[in-house]
Amino acid sequence: MKTVITSRENHTDSLMDPRFGRCAFFCLYDEDTRETSFLENAGKEQSGGAGTLAAEKMIELGVKKVLSGDFGPKAKDLLDKFGIQMVVIRDHNQKISDLIAKLQG
Amino acid sequence: MPRRKHPRKIVAPPGFKGYRPYGIAFEPEEDVELLYEEYEAIKLSDYDLMPHHEACVLMGISRPTFARIYESARRKIARAMAEVLPIRCVYGNVYFEGKWFVCGRCDSLFTLPGKEFERKCPVCGNGEVGVLENGPEKENAG
Repeated sequence: MKTVITSRENHTDSLMDPRFGRCAFFCLYDEDTRETSFLENAGKEQSGGAGTLAAEKMIELGVKKVLSGDFGPKAKDLLDKFGIQMVVIRDHNQKISDLIAKLQG
Repeated sequence: MPRRKHPRKIVAPPGFKGYRPYGIAFEPEEDVELLYEEYEAIKLSDYDLMPHHEACVLMGISRPTFARIYESARRKIARAMAEVLPIRCVYGNVYFEGKWFVCGRCDSLFTLPGKEFERKCPVCGNGEVGVLENGPEKENAG
């Protein structure tokens, strides 16, 4: 199952990015193959509609679960409609590698 | 090709995966598939006693569409009873009103699109999950 964690930098030692639509990078993690990759967020500088764009990217990539600090109303609506699970992580001081370890069980 | 169906909004899926007849001497060979939106139509009309014109607004569909879904639901249930078949609830063309849950162990908030009866934290796998009354905005304000 494909999962995305919003990330500040493009490596697993980075802290997670609490924003969704305007996060710096998306960390793509495949829970079955355990492979990790990073994608720069093209919409991070946008003044509006960043949430919609990011949500559309998730849909395009076939992502089923997204971990972030918060989701804006436009992102929430779209992700809900497409049945993509949203997870709000409360402790933002976690590294990508920590979160991946938690997902692994 | 007929036009695309509008996705139906439902508040919560049924609290069961299906119904089986008991006290029967044989094993049914097939089952009746009840869609989530059909269950919702029955619940709003026959349990909440809501008039059709209100229920269709709640589900985000037109009155004729609601009437069709409701009729389909009743016929399926009637068939299940008359032909003694189990009822199985299946996903259908729906999206959820976005109910949020909170994990008792790691404090994460999450949605469970389409899987609200399998309540498990997606981060730590813990089963102690509570329902959030107001959504994550109020929680994050702190």
